[in-house]
Amino acid sequence: MVMRLMLSLLVLLSAAVHAELTIQVTQGKQSAIPIGIVPFEWDGLQPLPEDVRGIVNDDLGRSGYFRTLAAENMIGRPYAPEQVVFGDWKNLRQDFVVIGKITYDGSGYAVDFHVMDVHQKVELFHHRVRGTASQLRDMAHYISDFVFSKLTGIPGVFSTKIVYVTTNRERNRFNLNYADADGAREQLIFTSTQPIISPAWSPDGKRIAYVSFESGRTAIYFQELATGKRQMVLNMKGSNSAPAFSPDGQRLAFVHSEGGNPDIFVLDLASGNVSRLTDHYAIDTEPQWMKDNRTIVFTSSRAGGPQVYSLDTITREVKRMTFQGNYNARPRVTDDGRKLIYVHREDEGFHIASQDLATGAVNILTMDTQLDESPSVAPNGSMVIYAATEADRSILAAVSVDGDVKFRLPSKYGDVREPAWSPIF
Amino acid sequence: MQTNALYKALGLSLAALLVTACSSKDVKEEEGSTVAQVETATNTVDQAALDAAAREAAAREAQAALLAQTVFYFDFDQSTIKAESKAALTAHAAYLAANSTARVVLEGHADERGTVEYNLALGERRGEAVRRFLLANGAAAGQIEVVSYGEERPAVSGHDESSYEKNRRVEIKYQSR
Repeated sequence: MVMRLMLSLLVLLSAAVHAELTIQVTQGKQSAIPIGIVPFEWDGLQPLPEDVRGIVNDDLGRSGYFRTLAAENMIGRPYAPEQVVFGDWKNLRQDFVVIGKITYDGSGYAVDFHVMDVHQKVELFHHRVRGTASQLRDMAHYISDFVFSKLTGIPGVFSTKIVYVTTNRERNRFNLNYADADGAREQLIFTSTQPIISPAWSPDGKRIAYVSFESGRTAIYFQELATGKRQMVLNMKGSNSAPAFSPDGQRLAFVHSEGGNPDIFVLDLASGNVSRLTDHYAIDTEPQWMKDNRTIVFTSSRAGGPQVYSLDTITREVKRMTFQGNYNARPRVTDDGRKLIYVHREDEGFHIASQDLATGAVNILTMDTQLDESPSVAPNGSMVIYAATEADRSILAAVSVDGDVKFRLPSKYGDVREPAWSPIF
Repeated sequence: MQTNALYKALGLSLAALLVTACSSKDVKEEEGSTVAQVETATNTVDQAALDAAAREAAAREAQAALLAQTVFYFDFDQSTIKAESKAALTAHAAYLAANSTARVVLEGHADERGTVEYNLALGERRGEAVRRFLLANGAAAGQIEVVSYGEERPAVSGHDESSYEKNRRVEIKYQSR
């Protein structure tokens, strides 16, 4: 069995039918900061294996927080601070300029880069990053994270990963994939002829929990990303689904149902003990922990249709959180605990909504995509990635938590579903 | 395939009845010299047997038609069995009650609208509603298993109400007859 599984994995890997996600920005912030990322100086004889400046430019541009300047519109190509003519950049209406130089010393590459403030006419930051040829893409994302966090005050998420499921039209091939947050470097984690749903990251980013139907019922598996090692964790009679790690990594909330009554349970990962958290004849599902390691938000049909509730795992007290509309489900909470993100039905459409937990104000974030589901929040709380239907296909799309920035990651192959954004590594 | 097996079973019993009818006719022909009264009596018996066979065949055919219905539909976000499903489900329950070795899997499904895990739960609820109906009408608990596929395996791939209503369903799959 294991052998056969390994063989089919190998065959699939060599066939390499990649979803190939590509990002298309559909809406940016009005207040985006103008920034010029100057092509980095490189005096090597061979072209670089990765376009480092291009990756940084794309990262910052599609974050929505920055408006980048095309290289052909630049007046000069400075790579050292003393070469920067601030007046030129001011005329180009830029606020900041990033310049740099890439060198190779026989063992690896180094990028020296500088962030220049056009208005104050000073160098704000100087930093150096090193790595091998295969790490050039990581180095580029590192530069993006550095610039983003220094200029916005928000941690960058360009070095994070996403996992997602791809499937064919016949629904007889399901692939669990792993890629950079920009869709690059996709790798296959697991493939099956049976459905795969609900991937969830461990808080250390080292493993994925997910639900596979391969055993004839829904069971929860863990898989290590570094080794590919796979373990069946929960296969109790009935169904087992919707895994969610607690932020401290010690417990796994999940849904178990025997006799058609799904309730929220928790598995203590050290002891293997399972305990029940809810016991209601309605559907209770889609648990997600809040940062306090104590409160769980979840979906329940106890008021008729699906609504979002909070559950105190110690007192078992349940409180309803959503009141607007007759379909609110699959809640996620931003790490700062300020916003509740969920699937909301508005008229006949399903969209992603954000609810301010202090004021209760609801903001529909995605009126331009259809059948939105599976929202997953970036670890810096800035963006939500979700699945939507576009022209008869399921694609991934992202929207900023304030609704200002939107981009899509359409796949060239099949349907893409169930995205889950990694923690910051 | 399930339907074929059933028709085969029905065909056999129908053939047996016809053989019975024919053999009595054979007897009658061999005893060609017997009095008309006896022949009439024999004819009456034959007719009655044939009528009964026809009625039984018709009933079995009706039953087979009900058993041939294996997909049952639901309203959005609902797991209540519709009135139109009950006759066929009752026939499945009777079949399970009469055939203790028969086993079914009830596959619950939802349309693609709404969330993946909620739809998984909804598919399970639908399967469970059918399971309870079959149990209440004579099937045994050990004969039935419920599996939900949620929105993962739509019957049709469209994104309109006519597609959705075909996808909100429970399919009865016989594992053994």
